[in-house]
Amino acid sequence: MSRLEPLSTGQNPWNTAPDATGHFGRFGGRFVPETLTPALEELTQAYYCAIGQESFRNRLDLLLRDYAGRETPLYEAERLAKIHGKARIFLKREDLTHTGAHKINNSLGQALLAQWMGKRRIIAETGAGQHGVATATAAALLGIECVVYMGSLDIERQRLNVLRMKMLGAEVIPVESGSKSLKDAVNAAIRDWVTNVANTHYIIGSVIGPHPYPMIVRDFQSVIGIEARRQILDRTGRLPDIIVACVGAGSNAMGMFHAFLDDPVDLIGVEAAGLGLDTGKHSASLCAGSHGVLHGAEMYLLQDEFGQIVEAHSLAAGLDYPGVGPEHCLLKDFNRVKYDSVTDQSAVEAFLGLARIEGIIPALESAHAIAYLDKLAPELTRDKIVLVCLSGRGDKDVEHVAAYLESQK
Amino acid sequence: MSSKIEQVFKRTKQEKRCAFIPFITGGFPNTETFIGLLRALDTSGADIIEVGIPFSDPLADGPIIQHSSKLALDAGVTPQSILDTLREIKHEIRAPLVVMSYWNPIMRRGPEEFAAALSEAGVSGAIVPDLTPEESDKWRIHAENHGIDTIFMVAPITPAERIMKIASFSRGFLYLVSMTGVTGSSLNVSSRLEFQITNVKGMTNLPVSVGFGVSTPSQASELAKYADGVIVGSALVKRCIESQSDVEAINSVSSLSREISEALRFRN
Ligand SMILES: Cc1ncc(COP(=O)(O)O)c(C=O)c1O
Repeated sequence: MSRLEPLSTGQNPWNTAPDATGHFGRFGGRFVPETLTPALEELTQAYYCAIGQESFRNRLDLLLRDYAGRETPLYEAERLAKIHGKARIFLKREDLTHTGAHKINNSLGQALLAQWMGKRRIIAETGAGQHGVATATAAALLGIECVVYMGSLDIERQRLNVLRMKMLGAEVIPVESGSKSLKDAVNAAIRDWVTNVANTHYIIGSVIGPHPYPMIVRDFQSVIGIEARRQILDRTGRLPDIIVACVGAGSNAMGMFHAFLDDPVDLIGVEAAGLGLDTGKHSASLCAGSHGVLHGAEMYLLQDEFGQIVEAHSLAAGLDYPGVGPEHCLLKDFNRVKYDSVTDQSAVEAFLGLARIEGIIPALESAHAIAYLDKLAPELTRDKIVLVCLSGRGDKDVEHVAAYLESQK
Repeated sequence: MSSKIEQVFKRTKQEKRCAFIPFITGGFPNTETFIGLLRALDTSGADIIEVGIPFSDPLADGPIIQHSSKLALDAGVTPQSILDTLREIKHEIRAPLVVMSYWNPIMRRGPEEFAAALSEAGVSGAIVPDLTPEESDKWRIHAENHGIDTIFMVAPITPAERIMKIASFSRGFLYLVSMTGVTGSSLNVSSRLEFQITNVKGMTNLPVSVGFGVSTPSQASELAKYADGVIVGSALVKRCIESQSDVEAINSVSSLSREISEALRFRN
């Protein structure tokens, strides 16, 4: 297996990203307190060194297979397809991984890297709790201490995952500052890292943060697209026409899209429109944001006229983030990926719909990608093939969705 | 011609003492008191005054400065409202002013316009804690054009080669962060820190000022043996937060300021 070999062919501008200083065009880079620069340098070197070693790659591949349950199935959702027109719809089942979301791909890779660097402590931020659970799991597996920062609002709406993290032996620290959600959890994790940088590795949960994080997380997640590309070719003899993935900060989408960047395939990233883009209560940094710096990188983000970061909103805790990975920003500028958004309401409908029609309860985040099929319906003619990244399962959301439905009555 | 900040260090060097650089959060707790605090610091021993521009996501700051920033933002403080205040009183304040701002508010305004606005407000220098030297080209040229010294930071774990690179980018002085941590963490003035100060001083001709976690006169006087300047932030802001009234805040800040600046006078 050669998952971690460089995917870039260098043919297209978006494929050569990032450059040596971690820029994806005018995005990315490193905007951090000086204390973190040596740590980021160490991480960059360790990463290149580790993935260059066959033993490291084999160990990760083995864990992904035997522990995380890869490869994940590609499932043809025929009943779902029927209600959306005539196209064939395939779901990449990241929900079937151990811990229930794509986040485990990155957490296992980075935890191995932490161990390889001799770090005795791992920290992480989490929104939906999926990245926190995945990281707590990887830390338990490798016997490394684990601390997870989580906004107090998210602790309320993702209780199940908080209990899971604690049972896995992680310490969960509530974050009360700011919006009390993912953005502030990242702030808290970065402050912890600045303080404990000597013995601690920070496992960031998405394709954000200062260089090399957007590259590392994308590489560890790119297994999604590599598998899916092979699977769909095996199954249908050709590439899909359209690929859809939800975009919070962008890791499942980047992982899915990366293997297809050079292919003649329409790529669509679906952001959270929350209560609607015109209400200002959304998380659509690509569709409605502007250029700025957050959490160490240049990206599109939600900010006011003075450069203060604006609170994001989404019913899906994992999408509730006011920024987005720098590589997505580049792909948007090149028009290589189309970004659109769906509301809380549509996501909940898709959540219930998929449960009833396919017997699959998706994560609320992933439900945004499913919901987009409605918008796509006019294009879904007989000969089309659509691939959707089902990034996670929805056990964590059932309570929250039930409460939402109750409140809508 | 040397900058106002350079002149401060020339003078403190002649006077064989260590410069005192207090930090307060801009516009906090309200405009009137902020002005009162600036005046009080200026007459209670400040050699340079650092003013924080509140940001929604202050990554390098601990709970005290985070809290004051949040309160200031909630009260409607903006970068320009702070600069307007500074411009109004610039002729009254003897100590050169240095602004501390994260990069995003500067980027949003436009680096050139921001540098011009600083200069107009009578500001002499800028500290941008999340702007690494590698990313700083788009800022330094405008800062230089407008006579603003950009002060860069080095950390306790910055390798020697990089310290020299950062020092070559820095103007006015070099900011040595006392520890791996955020502002307001508790500081232990160890022999290791003393060694670091001496070490960094050996690598640059710039004055070296130490900050993060300095809160007491005794810590300041220990540091004064080695450093050219000492920066005190959270301890002062904490006094503002804990005061019952604006008058008490000003009195409390100026008394700590006086104690610390006294402690910095005596240098072995
Ligand atoms: C199942 C699932 N999908 C998607 C996301 C959004 O993150 P990203 O955009 O990085 O894939 C999350 C985040 O928590 C998640 O748990």
